[in-house]
Amino acid sequence: MTAPLLQADCVSRTYGGGLLGAHTLALDGFSLSIGTGNPSITAVVGESGSGKTTLARVLLGLTTPTSGTVRYRGEDITRLSREARRAYRTDIQAIFQDPYGVFNPFYRVDHVLTTPVRKFGLASSRAEGRELIEQALRTVGLRPEEILGRYPHQLSGGQRQRTMVARALLLKPKIIIADEPVSMVDASLRATILGSLRRLTDEFGISILYITHDLATAWQVSDNIIVMYRATAVEAGSAETVVKSPAHPYTRLLVGSIPQVSLTRDWLSTEADAQRPGDRDAACRFADRCVSAMAVCRSERPLLSRIGPRHAAACHLHRQHAQLAAEDLNDVLA
Amino acid sequence: MSALAVRGLRVSFDHPLGLVRAVDDVSFDLRPNERFGLVGESGSGKSTMALAIMRMIRPPGHIDGGDILLGGKNLATLSAEDVRQTRLAGIAMVPQGSMNALNPVMRVGDQVADAMRDHDKKPVGIGALMARVGLPAGTADKYPHELSGGMKQRVCIAIAMCLRPTVIIADEPTSALDVVVQRQVMRTLADVQRDLNAAILLIGHDMGLMAQFVDRLGVMYAGRLVEIAPIAEIVRRPRHPYTEMLIASLPSMDHKDALRGIPGLAPLLRDLPSGCAFHPRCPKAQDRCAIERPEPREVESGVLVRCHFA
Repeated sequence: MTAPLLQADCVSRTYGGGLLGAHTLALDGFSLSIGTGNPSITAVVGESGSGKTTLARVLLGLTTPTSGTVRYRGEDITRLSREARRAYRTDIQAIFQDPYGVFNPFYRVDHVLTTPVRKFGLASSRAEGRELIEQALRTVGLRPEEILGRYPHQLSGGQRQRTMVARALLLKPKIIIADEPVSMVDASLRATILGSLRRLTDEFGISILYITHDLATAWQVSDNIIVMYRATAVEAGSAETVVKSPAHPYTRLLVGSIPQVSLTRDWLSTEADAQRPGDRDAACRFADRCVSAMAVCRSERPLLSRIGPRHAAACHLHRQHAQLAAEDLNDVLA
Repeated sequence: MSALAVRGLRVSFDHPLGLVRAVDDVSFDLRPNERFGLVGESGSGKSTMALAIMRMIRPPGHIDGGDILLGGKNLATLSAEDVRQTRLAGIAMVPQGSMNALNPVMRVGDQVADAMRDHDKKPVGIGALMARVGLPAGTADKYPHELSGGMKQRVCIAIAMCLRPTVIIADEPTSALDVVVQRQVMRTLADVQRDLNAAILLIGHDMGLMAQFVDRLGVMYAGRLVEIAPIAEIVRRPRHPYTEMLIASLPSMDHKDALRGIPGLAPLLRDLPSGCAFHPRCPKAQDRCAIERPEPREVESGVLVRCHFA
């Protein structure tokens, strides 16, 4: 068996510490492989502080894990040879949250597109480079003549974000890690941008790790969903199963918290969140907010159990099922 | 009588390439105790409208016309000092980015007290106020960086309610929060509204949130209100094609299908299409739409639409 293209192997990351400060655990023994099998979109869903952005940064090599290893084609990314490092930087691309912050306001938009072409020698001539760029822009549904030659402030948020998708596409990556790519754009534009991401997977075979706090869009575009809560995966599986039959009380809370366009108005009145600050230090990290907390949740940390062929959750409610080691999370993902 | 009546409001910005009309001939009423929503894409003028109602438009922007009637006063023409006294006491705003709305070097309780003192009120009952918006005891002594996003937004709600205004404008109060916290904050806002007997103007672009929270909804496009209707009417039967597409662009949890965005781009406000501003993006557009600007028509009791075919 060949090594997965990108793999997080039991990765942990803590922040803070110092003389007096307490450590914050952002990622706790997290394992995940991307780019094995068929191209797919895997969504990582969680609230702010759940560690999802840390996961993205660790996979991109922007944050060094406190323990554990990130591997590219089986090799530790901190020990890659020059060529392997170049391949890693080409194969794995990122799309970030803020389509305003990534552009230098003094350069034309072209700059973010010509730079990778130049640095990675993607084209042998200026005309060829231009052709590549125009093609990438068209793929994400933009008209090159409306984008090229303009300054960032002349583009809308949606145009900028799609330009970043086009930039990622230029390098013909195998994996794209998209960290909250649509949280700063309008609902109507979200659909368009996520639609272009889906096309990248279906037509170009690019696997995408879609990091978001929005379970609704995760369900719409992804094949798999991993739900994170305070540094660990609490539920994972096919998007359909996780959203339609959530097993973990936290996922249930998330699903129930999405306001729906419907005539039934029960969103404000439903109480789904227990508040027991006393259980803040319980073994299960969700116990203080869990409506189904039991005595065992305070004393024993729940491990992932396999509920179905493509469904796993870390909750004592499902302890009768066979255990799934954290490093085998991929077994339940397609 | 309305809690707030906006009549023919126009707001423009001076721009080197010409006048940009961000809010154009907008009229609506906020009834007492009502929750009224205002949705639209970015750039549709909804936040500008909120600022205009608060008389907070700064140059190069200006209010060109119309009335903003609040309890017998016209905010559009009131003197700066009278406006200052009316803000917070009569009409208050919960801002979009609570993280930037609070003073980082001042305890949050003092910031509430400051607001009260500014209106010659004794800063008493701050603890009770904090408890009212669901903040734990002792929060008043904390600095903004010690609070989570949801807690900061609650502090902003506490400031907005401290002088018991009759109208609260909430401009995307939960856009930076995750869904679980969003629901808690919106519930607090609803409780506060009940306490004060106030009306709420909720501005945003999340149709799901609107469907669950407001009583009536106004839909803005390119600076104009294109539809006003009771929320159930909008959910059941959106009349304006733009409203219909806004709802369709929201990911549904019931059925999974290809995500549908609204094709095309929001128009440039300084260079609006002729006739109906939405016609270049509208699937139902006819020749007439490019020539004739639709006027608001009451197609049914309480349902106002700006479309030739509604």
